Amino acid sequence: MAFTPTQTDTAPPVSASKGSTGRAGDKIFSGLSKGSGILLLVIMASIAAFLTYRASIALSKNEGNFLTTFDWNASANPPVFGIAVLLFGTVVSSIIAMAIAVPIAVGIALFISHYAPRKLAAPLAYVVDLLAAVPSIVYGIWGALFLVPQLNGLNLWLDEYLGWTYVFDKTQVGVARSLFTVGVLLAIMILPIVTSVSREVFLQVPRMNEEAALALGATRWEVIRTAVLPFGRSGVISASMLGLGRALGETMAVATVLSPSFLISLHVLDPGGGTFAQNIAAKFDEANEFGRDALIASGLVLFLLTLLVNGAARLIIARRKEYSGANA
Amino acid sequence: MSHAIQERPVGSRAASSSGLTRGGLPRWAPAGIAALSVALGVGTGLVADLHSKVQWGLIAALLFVAVTYGASAVVENRRQAKDRVATSMVWVCFVLAVIPLLSLIWTTISRGLKVLDAYFLSHSMKGVAGFEPGGGVYHALLGTIEQVLLATLIAAPIGLLTAVYLVEYGRGPLAKAVTFFVDVMTGIPSIVAGLFILTTWNLMLGFGPSGFAGSMALAILMMPVVVRSTEEMLKLVPNELREASLALGVPKWRTILKVVLPTAIGGISTGVMLAVARIAGETAPIMLLVFGSQLINDNPFEGAQSSLPLYIWEQYKVGSADSYDRAWAAALVLIAFVMILNLVARGIARWKAPKTGR
Amino acid sequence: MAKRIDVSGLSAFYGNHKAIDDISMTVEPRSVTAFIGPSGCGKSTFLRTLNRMHEVTPGGRVEGKVMLDDENLYGANVDPVAVRRTVGMVFQRPNPFPTMSIFDNVAAGLRLNGTVKKKSELNDVVERSLKGANLWNEVKDRLNKPGSGLSGGQQQRLCIARAIAVEPQVLLMDEPCSALDPISTLAIEDLIGELKERFTIVIVTHNMQQAARVSDRTAFFNLAAVGQPGKLIEIDDTERIFSNPSVQATEDYISGRFG
Repeated sequence: MAFTPTQTDTAPPVSASKGSTGRAGDKIFSGLSKGSGILLLVIMASIAAFLTYRASIALSKNEGNFLTTFDWNASANPPVFGIAVLLFGTVVSSIIAMAIAVPIAVGIALFISHYAPRKLAAPLAYVVDLLAAVPSIVYGIWGALFLVPQLNGLNLWLDEYLGWTYVFDKTQVGVARSLFTVGVLLAIMILPIVTSVSREVFLQVPRMNEEAALALGATRWEVIRTAVLPFGRSGVISASMLGLGRALGETMAVATVLSPSFLISLHVLDPGGGTFAQNIAAKFDEANEFGRDALIASGLVLFLLTLLVNGAARLIIARRKEYSGANA
Repeated sequence: MSHAIQERPVGSRAASSSGLTRGGLPRWAPAGIAALSVALGVGTGLVADLHSKVQWGLIAALLFVAVTYGASAVVENRRQAKDRVATSMVWVCFVLAVIPLLSLIWTTISRGLKVLDAYFLSHSMKGVAGFEPGGGVYHALLGTIEQVLLATLIAAPIGLLTAVYLVEYGRGPLAKAVTFFVDVMTGIPSIVAGLFILTTWNLMLGFGPSGFAGSMALAILMMPVVVRSTEEMLKLVPNELREASLALGVPKWRTILKVVLPTAIGGISTGVMLAVARIAGETAPIMLLVFGSQLINDNPFEGAQSSLPLYIWEQYKVGSADSYDRAWAAALVLIAFVMILNLVARGIARWKAPKTGR
Repeated sequence: MAKRIDVSGLSAFYGNHKAIDDISMTVEPRSVTAFIGPSGCGKSTFLRTLNRMHEVTPGGRVEGKVMLDDENLYGANVDPVAVRRTVGMVFQRPNPFPTMSIFDNVAAGLRLNGTVKKKSELNDVVERSLKGANLWNEVKDRLNKPGSGLSGGQQQRLCIARAIAVEPQVLLMDEPCSALDPISTLAIEDLIGELKERFTIVIVTHNMQQAARVSDRTAFFNLAAVGQPGKLIEIDDTERIFSNPSVQATEDYISGRFG
């Protein structure tokens, strides 16, 4: 008790010293956090820089045309390689995946957000989120050992009834280790993520917009068409872009299912073709140092491709934010 | 004039004079039509001798939608029929998607349980040729745990601090750039992250393959996920809390450490766990950087290691019945590992949720 | 041809919770009936039972009868979609469809019903509805602009135009002015006076002056205690309710002694 006055006397210096450590601490802490942010930027920049550097080494010695050569003999002397087949295979398999996955994912998202009995909806959403976490290699072996035999029948059908479209004309006999099967598997893989993002968007549709449609005498489907889908459109697009990004860069599921070849064929049911990521996985083991540089060059193209897709998705999301902001 | 509208039976063929009632399908109609369609699908499949169950399912699905439309258009009206078709399509989508996903889980569990036992979990592949039975997954499990742990140790602090920067300090062009590139980074394919570490760590600096190299690639994949989820959680912390603390004369950094972060810690750890679960299944960068090994190597900084996803890939490539068994068993172990992480993460989220005042 | 509403023994539930208990009343055609009462007394819930919007809320359930002329809205085989087309609704907060233009907002109901096929006919109905909602002159030059760009009061009149475009028999209004400024409120009140020539109007309001200004008859709702279901205390000519109500609670509420 006797010391109380002394304590109050020393109070100002204490608080002042506390203030100064506070300021130093603030500097250190804000510096650290800012540094982390900068580190992230540095990592991104160096990914681009280093890949470009190694790629340029590879390209300078390439005897083939990087864009049009239908071959990948990077470890040979002289090296000959080109990405035409890989680009084609990556884009085609991703398009197939999107064509299958997006409508179904929208359907499931609507099911969870607007159709399912309420007791079912929450656990369903949970299961879908869990499925998004299943590793791609598991999808890969499931696709190769289980899905491929199951799809043979479907392939025959498509050939028989839709063969006239050229695209679904199956010219080679054999198991379904084709770009089409890869597309189906990729579709199954990206379903959970596209579903879960779309569901979030559908759940954000203002309740009063749905009620307005109902009060006008709309059926459930008409409510969805007038109030839910227009509101959720950009969200679904960005969800799809997210899925597309995953499909483009997927390695293991393609590597297990596809029987690769360096051919471009629009007959998507025929085995053959390749994708960037699959090619890197397949050729890496036997590649010499120069061969690795060539694979890095193809990786750079994949990197740029995904950057493009992701950038587009971000732009769409940003536009949507402005839009909903204007309405608020 | 409203009378005029009424006399035109508003798209409802079965409308009564007053316009409010209509003929309706009984409540059990959708279920009945579904059962009928499945029966017909299976029947057609058996009669036409279609081997693939996929075809049976597609027949049933098409029948379901078509019969629903037909029945509703006859008994009810066109608008009602459209509504019912939409409903049935949504159900079909759901079933179409659930079947492969359930089949994936079921196949993995039923085939994986064949060789999964204590021996499998506690032994490596030392001295076991790929086509022989026996061997185990211990070395791969160990490798996965070490690599994921290292990756988390690298990525979590950086990700956390970056999120703090973005939410608490970030203003101006730098913060905008970081936000944008974090988004872009989320989309980097795992194999590209692997190639990046390969060029720098292995080709430029001359290190050999090691678990640590793989961890760095995994950390690159993990960082943006941690930043995103932490950012969301920090934004949920009400500003009043920060102001209350600052008004007491607590410096900003202590406010963040003692008030903001503890409030959001549940959500943050959930985000980190989900990110861990995400990278635990990555194969491609491990394949490029860790190289794979049949032996136990408990030092992640020296020499080739194995990991669960890589192990699955190796066993798949061997292509014998026994190696397939091992691949499925390892897949089951990996799924269990990832699911446990997920469940724990969601458990934390639920447990901590009330405290954040939602 | 506005219709008479005859409610008897109506109760509404949210899950197991009873929100309103055993309400009976008659609403005359071509009149304005106002519902007043303290917050939570169930007047909005009751309003929503009149076009079967209550059952849209998860767990929402109704017992009793609502007769529209000689037809029970809750009878077997009654299509709720058809009910809502016949009994229109305007909500508390203006809710134009954010992704649609002014024109499309008004045309939304007509397009859904598929009643109006020709473009010229659609134009006519949209113009007539916007005029009916006293909005035409303000928006005729920007029909293709988004409806969300209008002011709050204009948005609410847009929603009224949207509701009357489908030619309902009855128009329900759930506190249509509570989110608006006094001038917009006045515009809506004037509009209600015009609309009652053609529709049966039921309006829920918190504002007793508003009830006194716009309505022919007024119903007072109250609840015995928090957690108890809301009840209809009395319904009578507006003049009588505000000058000489027969129940003490009504007088207490109107004179501002509670609520």
